[in-house]
Amino acid sequence: MRAPSRARTDWIGFQTIIIREFNRIARIWGQTLVPPAVTATLYFVIFGSLIGRRVGSVGGFDYMQYIAPGLIMMTVITNSYANVVSSFFGAKFGKHIEELLVSPLPNWLILTGYIGGGVLRGLLVGSVVTVVALFFTHLAIHNVFATVSAVLLTSVVFALGGFINAIFAKNFDQISWFPTFVLTPLTYLGGVFYSINMLPDWARAASHANPILYMVSAFRFGFLGTTDVDLRLAFGIMIGAAVFMFTLAVQLLNRGTGIRD
Amino acid sequence: MKPALVLKNLSKTYKNGVQALKGIDLEVPEGEFFALLGPNGAGKTTAIGIVTSLVNKTGGAVEVFGHDIDRELEVAKSCIGLVPQEINFNMFETCLTIVVNQAGFYGIPRSLAKQRAEKYLKQLQLWEKRNSIARSLSGGMKRRLMIARALMHEPRLLILDEPTAGVDIEIRRSMWVFLREINDSGTTIILTTHYLEEAENLCRQIAIIDGGRIIERDSMANVLRKLQTEIFVFNVRASLQRAPALQGFTAHLIDEHTLEVEMSKEQSLNDIFAQFSAAGIDVTSMRNKVNRLEELFIRLVDAKPAQPAAAVLPA
Repeated sequence: MRAPSRARTDWIGFQTIIIREFNRIARIWGQTLVPPAVTATLYFVIFGSLIGRRVGSVGGFDYMQYIAPGLIMMTVITNSYANVVSSFFGAKFGKHIEELLVSPLPNWLILTGYIGGGVLRGLLVGSVVTVVALFFTHLAIHNVFATVSAVLLTSVVFALGGFINAIFAKNFDQISWFPTFVLTPLTYLGGVFYSINMLPDWARAASHANPILYMVSAFRFGFLGTTDVDLRLAFGIMIGAAVFMFTLAVQLLNRGTGIRD
Repeated sequence: MKPALVLKNLSKTYKNGVQALKGIDLEVPEGEFFALLGPNGAGKTTAIGIVTSLVNKTGGAVEVFGHDIDRELEVAKSCIGLVPQEINFNMFETCLTIVVNQAGFYGIPRSLAKQRAEKYLKQLQLWEKRNSIARSLSGGMKRRLMIARALMHEPRLLILDEPTAGVDIEIRRSMWVFLREINDSGTTIILTTHYLEEAENLCRQIAIIDGGRIIERDSMANVLRKLQTEIFVFNVRASLQRAPALQGFTAHLIDEHTLEVEMSKEQSLNDIFAQFSAAGIDVTSMRNKVNRLEELFIRLVDAKPAQPAAAVLPA
């Protein structure tokens, strides 16, 4: 039998990682798909419907409509991160990462497969939350390119973040520190629930140091056509972060950090 | 024909200073059934880890069928199938998923992977369990599943790191038959095991590693020839009060129906039986006291100057 070409071997290997990740997401649907839908519903009911009614409009949109893109993006961020950090660390902990390490797949492709899994979950759960949002408010897409590229780039960046966290983590505590103490505060302070124009000057200036603000704002622009930040800077930050983190993650894999003695 | 595996001056020092391999050289010809033996901590698993790229080497070179792992890592890896010492599959996946996915990581299309999965799971008596999650398998089944998984891409070199640990004797022997068939079909096999009877039965070539160094490397027949003496255990019909005096041999009475007799390789068992007959002793059965390879292994390892299996480097 003719030996398969390198590209074909790599493509089948990549597909296999994606299928495995999808099966994992589907197998534990009670942990992956349902909780974000419940949480999003609660956010829409409490912040959007009950409190939002008293807030009035933000940037010319009713409050529910304003926070919907932010809530979708928050879900994409946390799920892209969570999928990769738990799947890769679980594979390290259970030693079945060795199935991939002994295989002929190059490290960059193993990484791409895990990112693909993270993006897949981020988009699946983001879609679920979008459907939930449609029960509470009207959502129309203002700019398809901005919407799609913002959600994909953000998902890739946080999938990479989860991967790097999992590489360094030595126990299950260490995969929850970053999401709890860094990711969640930055997400809540990243303009999901408000426009930074509502903040005092010092807080508005400080918010510009938060990368999540740029991601949420770019995504919100895709829906509403309004933004708190310069979009060129926002996409520059997302692309720069993705390139930097991908390069770093490949280097860590090549060195065997956290996975090889 | 290029050797299946060549290790050149291979060394490994862990971050904590433990020197697990001290520059070993080894060549495994293609088609061999090769035993790599050594006590715990000798460096066997480290060497296998380096060959399969689970451990980073400190120095030296590794070639798999002529492919240097520093220059052609992916090609070298595609030639190897590994059955590791520790269970390392996802316990929440089914047997079928585990083996089909593993084939995918080696670029085997899914349709072909499913055919091979059926073939190898059936051969290893796991087909009935194909839809069971791995966690529910017995210890022996888990070991067999790892063998099936390692064969999915039909590697030219199969490395088995204690594949029969904790497996009952019946299954172990059926695995021996299976592994012989795999070897007969042209696959080179490297086996590490603590069951020396297993190595003696299966392997034609042997290397013994201890303290990070190869201390013996020869054919199994030559190695066993180096054994100068053997102890045989005889069961006798009538009860004995003391060991009989056997000219040229030393006999010890273990109990009233059991004798141990030590014999050098220049002596003959016929001579012992002749003396037993002359003394009116009826032998009902006999056996080696310990496996011959085990005897030699203990002598070789014990003869080595005392040093820890993995010496710590000076600061």
